[in-house]
Amino acid sequence: MNSDKYDFVISIGGAAGQGIAAPGDVLAWIFVRRGLHLYTYNAYQSIIRGGHIFLTFRVSTEKVYNHGDKTDLLICLNQDTMDRHLKHMEPGSWVIYNSDTIKPGEAQDGVELCGIPVKELSDNNRNKLVQNTGALGVCMHILGLDFGILEDILTKQFIRKGQTVVDENIGVARAACDYAVANFTPCSEAIPEGEKPQAWWSGNEALAMGGACAGVKFYAAYPMSPATGVLHWMAKYARDLGIMVRQVEDEIGVATMAIGAAATGTRAMCATSGGGFALMTEAVGSAGMMEIPVVMINVQRAGPSTGVPTKTEQGDLWQMLGASQGDFPRIIVAPKDALDAFNTVPELFNLVDRYQCPGIIISDLLISEGRSSVDPDDINFHPNIDLGELITKHSTNGDEYLRYKNTESGISPRAVPGLKGYVHVMATDEQDEDGVLISDEFTNPVKRRMMVEKRGRKMQDIFEHVAAPEIEGPKEADVTLVGWGSTYGVIHEAVEQLKTEGITANHLPIKWIVPFHVKEIMEILSNCKKVIMVENNYSGQFYRYMRSETGLNVDTHIRKYDGEPFMPHQVTNGVKEILDGETEVFVPEHKIMV
Amino acid sequence: MVTDTAVQEAERTVTKLKAKDFNGKVDPDWCPGCGDFGVLSSLQKACVDLELHPHEILTVSGIGCSSNFPGFFNSYGMHTLHGRALPFATGAKLANHELTVIVTGGDGDGYGIGGNHFTHLARRNVDLTYIVMNNQIYGLTVGQTSPTSEFGMKTKSTPFGSLETPLNPITAAIMNGATFVARGYSADPKGLTDLLCQAIQHKGFSLVDVFSPCVTFNKDNTYDWFKPRVKKLEDEEHDFHDWKAACEQALVWGEKIYYGKFFQVEKKPTLNDLEPVLNEGGPICFRELGLAKEQAKKLLEDMM
Ligand SMILES: Cc1ncc(C[n+]2csc(CCOP(=O)(O)OP(=O)(O)O)c2C)c(N)n1
Ligand code: SF4
Ligand SMILES: [Mg+2]
Repeated sequence: MNSDKYDFVISIGGAAGQGIAAPGDVLAWIFVRRGLHLYTYNAYQSIIRGGHIFLTFRVSTEKVYNHGDKTDLLICLNQDTMDRHLKHMEPGSWVIYNSDTIKPGEAQDGVELCGIPVKELSDNNRNKLVQNTGALGVCMHILGLDFGILEDILTKQFIRKGQTVVDENIGVARAACDYAVANFTPCSEAIPEGEKPQAWWSGNEALAMGGACAGVKFYAAYPMSPATGVLHWMAKYARDLGIMVRQVEDEIGVATMAIGAAATGTRAMCATSGGGFALMTEAVGSAGMMEIPVVMINVQRAGPSTGVPTKTEQGDLWQMLGASQGDFPRIIVAPKDALDAFNTVPELFNLVDRYQCPGIIISDLLISEGRSSVDPDDINFHPNIDLGELITKHSTNGDEYLRYKNTESGISPRAVPGLKGYVHVMATDEQDEDGVLISDEFTNPVKRRMMVEKRGRKMQDIFEHVAAPEIEGPKEADVTLVGWGSTYGVIHEAVEQLKTEGITANHLPIKWIVPFHVKEIMEILSNCKKVIMVENNYSGQFYRYMRSETGLNVDTHIRKYDGEPFMPHQVTNGVKEILDGETEVFVPEHKIMV
Repeated sequence: MVTDTAVQEAERTVTKLKAKDFNGKVDPDWCPGCGDFGVLSSLQKACVDLELHPHEILTVSGIGCSSNFPGFFNSYGMHTLHGRALPFATGAKLANHELTVIVTGGDGDGYGIGGNHFTHLARRNVDLTYIVMNNQIYGLTVGQTSPTSEFGMKTKSTPFGSLETPLNPITAAIMNGATFVARGYSADPKGLTDLLCQAIQHKGFSLVDVFSPCVTFNKDNTYDWFKPRVKKLEDEEHDFHDWKAACEQALVWGEKIYYGKFFQVEKKPTLNDLEPVLNEGGPICFRELGLAKEQAKKLLEDMM
């Protein structure tokens, strides 16, 4: 617990199939309805039964940016969780477990071991999930929450299964709560209430919802972790929102189907992870050549190849930069968190519609599967929609329409199929202004050059439409941390931690990858005392990209590539070690085995 | 919003189009004698017969000699990636179901690199017409073996003869759930025009696999080879509702090779029919963008 604000972390550990999600959801609903801020991260594996799942909730009276550094209250659903995590529990923390089946082992002094005799408290109920409900009862006492709140939620949750099930669960929870009152010390500070109830969502839900708000009417996907959440949301809401959702035979089909839909003037989107994106690659270039706007999302997981399907990484940057052969304009953006992801989708749609090119959003498992609270007033469900130079009405004059007209801006007004007076062919071959191929036997270097330049020119004014990165924190600092995408939250907190240790740090988060704000970034970084690049990959992909664009050399780095996201103290420690001259490239050790 | 059906109907009766109105911006660059010419002229005639207008049609192709088709045909067109015509076309058809979407391509494009899409398109029953100009060779890449090349066929990539058994597009389509399956012959443009008319009118996925000889690279399956062999299926007693009979006839290969309509299921709902999102409101491409107030309210409620 932090002294000046309420900041409490609960972790639930167990095996897949032990029903961790249900008590997790119950707690989350309690917190957000109380108006508290929340961030949850689930460490899990690609198996349906067994393994180790470790779900962490961080609750605060202020906005929470990441899952934090430690656990205040640990709920062990199996022995394995106890064995893995008890050693990390610090004085002033609690460990809840079923004392019938789990042996605690050595704990540090000041860790309160809260064993509950589940069998006895549940009248010998044989249902294995009963220990989860019991643990929730104990939580109520430790957190200082009124039992009635849990009673309400359990009733809602189980009423579909009948009153007996409701009574049974409430009975166990109450018995466990009473037992806790008699045996365990509660937290000295009862959980507070926030100003107003918060909403909560995962990054994938935010991406999907961002699409719906942007006017996406066609969504295609092939399941792949950690992007599948977008598909599930879209499928669930498809009929209510009038969105055509298709699960396609492979990601090649996904991307090409989306672009086919987009060719008719529909806003179309698709999402996958790196492996699926590899299959979409050729299609990216087809959208570039045919000048069809489409939004494609890559939710990165730890690679290469199948990699670690349920773990996070920022390792696909160069894949996105180089996706598809040839030289053509594209837009690439890496949002910093769920809300930013939500807002980025409509923003990117407006850009790709304006510039008639493919747009790529780079998310990762951390953003997409992390779930966080969001202030309902911060969600803009009705963003500005700008379709650019799109023609959707029949022509009234008989003028020769040139789909790829060589205009000054490079942007050619786009008529969609079905309209009278605009008949044309879009081709993936190089083509003249009228859509006639200039490849194969009609190759013409002058025209080829003209068309390459026309496409290239399209983006010349894009900087007017995307915000340049800015320094967060003090202008003058001992050290500047540069990150991109999902490292935002953890760097934000590391900066605060460093302050308490007497180190003034600031933060340059970069969101737009293409276009890249070379001028602004150079201006900012060339005035910094010390720069450290922070990224979730091995080879410093972002750093190498930044260097190639700006020529700036940075020799101090914090990197992580063990599959787990950074924890704030890991960045803080890295900065300290680097400033002390102990290392130039700091790679934190991830002590928690998940 | 876009299509004013009454006006179009009126114009249709006034302006009866001719086949040449479906000539594209450039003349075909196929080798003289290439089978694909027959397919082009047959489709042009079919569109005249069906009183379609160029702006109502979208032709979608992949890559290959045959896939150059959209450039030679006057309609909206998408000349897409090798093997991907079907998913591009599916996206377009689902997003604007008022378009008549015709997919054109080759055997390599459709049954080789695009084979996965072919399988799934058939079972999905999207309302598309798929014309494959099957020359049993890779033409554009100057003569390699294709999925329909015959066993033992010598090509540039199989100089000692192919060791693989060819795929039968007709049985494959039937087994995968296609609802209209026919084989055409480009040297019989009248028969082909009739098949194409039926295929376009058919509601659902229709495959017309056309023997369309490559006069330059396939020295085995030439017009002279086909001529004595091809027989009209309609001259036999064939029940095109009988999938087993259809497969049997499609597998006849040697002295006799049948062409015509092998199989049809008339009443199976298409994906467009089944998709509730398309029930009302017209093509999704022309609908209002963004959420209604109540929709946003519901989404927020679900998150709180
Ligand atoms: C991904 C990809 N691989 C390979 C090619 C080269 N390629 C172009 S056309 C073609 C084969 C065409 O054969 P088919 O589809 O039968 O058409 P045909 O030329 O015989 O009409 C190939 C392999 C390509 N364009 N794209
Ligand atoms: S190479 Fe063969 S398929 Fe290609 S145009 Fe010439 S004859 Fe036709
Ligand atoms: Mg061929």
